[in-house]
Amino acid sequence: MIKLQLPILEAAIRELKMGDEVAISGLMVTARDAAHKYIHENWPDWLNPIMENSMIYHCGPVVKQHEDGSWSFVAAGPTTSIREEPYEAAVMEHYKVRAVIGKGGMGEKTLAGLAKSGGVYLHAIGGMAASLAKSVVRVHDVYMLDELGVPEAFWHIEVKDFPAVVTMDSHGGSLHKSIKAKSDEVAKKLIFG
Amino acid sequence: MFQYDEKVLKDQLLELIRLAATDLPKDVVDSIQAAQQNEDEGSPARSVFGMILKNIELARVESTPICQDTGTNIYLVHIPEGVGMRKLTALIHAATSEAVDKSYLRPNAVDSITGKNSGNNIGEGQPFIHFEEWDNDYIEFKLMLKGGGCENVSTQYKLPDVGLGAGRDLDGVYKVIVDAVNAAQGLGCAPGVLGIGIGGDRTSSHLTAKSQLFRKMTDTNLNSDLAKMESNLLTDLNKLGVGPMGFGGNTTILGVKMGTMHRLPASFFVSISYMCWAYRRHSMILKSSGEVSYD
Repeated sequence: MIKLQLPILEAAIRELKMGDEVAISGLMVTARDAAHKYIHENWPDWLNPIMENSMIYHCGPVVKQHEDGSWSFVAAGPTTSIREEPYEAAVMEHYKVRAVIGKGGMGEKTLAGLAKSGGVYLHAIGGMAASLAKSVVRVHDVYMLDELGVPEAFWHIEVKDFPAVVTMDSHGGSLHKSIKAKSDEVAKKLIFG
Repeated sequence: MFQYDEKVLKDQLLELIRLAATDLPKDVVDSIQAAQQNEDEGSPARSVFGMILKNIELARVESTPICQDTGTNIYLVHIPEGVGMRKLTALIHAATSEAVDKSYLRPNAVDSITGKNSGNNIGEGQPFIHFEEWDNDYIEFKLMLKGGGCENVSTQYKLPDVGLGAGRDLDGVYKVIVDAVNAAQGLGCAPGVLGIGIGGDRTSSHLTAKSQLFRKMTDTNLNSDLAKMESNLLTDLNKLGVGPMGFGGNTTILGVKMGTMHRLPASFFVSISYMCWAYRRHSMILKSSGEVSYD
């Protein structure tokens, strides 16, 4: 298990290889479908300090607001990442984001982007919402809650020992690509004999 | 005449939602446990199953959602003659809104034009409620929470499919199912359970597919051809090696459940409803005495 402390520099991220298990601590931000569309249309400067040398978590949490107005995460597993494929490489490069955390992996465009700008794709376990919410120790802030709604707002969160696996690295390695190539072969045999 | 106390029933429906969101049914947990035993010692797949099982237990004990995507809430309600559907719909809505307040459900209803989240998980067509009248003298509420990731990999084919060499017969049905599961990879939170609808029109075919997911993991199809096919598909699909969450492994699919509808001579649809491993469904029976039981 490799401990990663945020913020993290490009050089440290480039050392990571497909298959590495990591535990992340520090401040990161959630962003999913509506957030990525918003970024792509506006490229806001206010995201710079939040995203630079940090990580984006593809997650739409179940949250609880306490009487003093503070928030906590109740359920917070990853959502499917491939929907952000049109945007992610550009977002990571623009804001110097060092990793995205999600599930299901991403495609060629993101894989090329990881190599170019220095980033990795981290896979969390889908449906592990109850366990992963425990790794979110504090909700630092929330942005655009009214505009985007609870699942899609930018939640700026502090995590401690958040578990994930590197499934796409900055050297062209992709677990998703190799699993798919193998299953394509089997499917071909089953379908065409 | 069947009567019930509205306030009490609303609370009983809230409990049904809580169970569905936080407590994975026993037949599903058993199946995941068996799948874990079937993975090699020390493999990533075995470790992923370990984490999944730990999460299931944690969610049950702490009464928090197993998955943050509490999904489309799909209700199948059976009612005796004379029970009003509008009142029951209103009570389901009231329980849904309260479940959001209690963090059992995520507000999951987004206006398709404005992008605005309704904030209480209620909107046009959400929750989805289907009523059927029956001869029994009690009401049955079946509820399934189906997340967006697995709904997105669900799909529909029409036969023949030239590219796959799939004709208008069960062999053709087999081929498109293999193609769909291979295309899904881990994106639908594998290992999944497949509900298959053969025949019908575009709509009823999908409904048939989804309805299969209310069956127990352990049941056997009453149609012997389909029973055989469910078993063959389960064996063959697990040769794909996609594994839990697409990490590779021996279990890609936990179960296959097939159903049919008559079709038009011109149409031959095959609908595939992919359900993630967080296969959340429970049911509640309300007797005229006011007694309720959950399954």
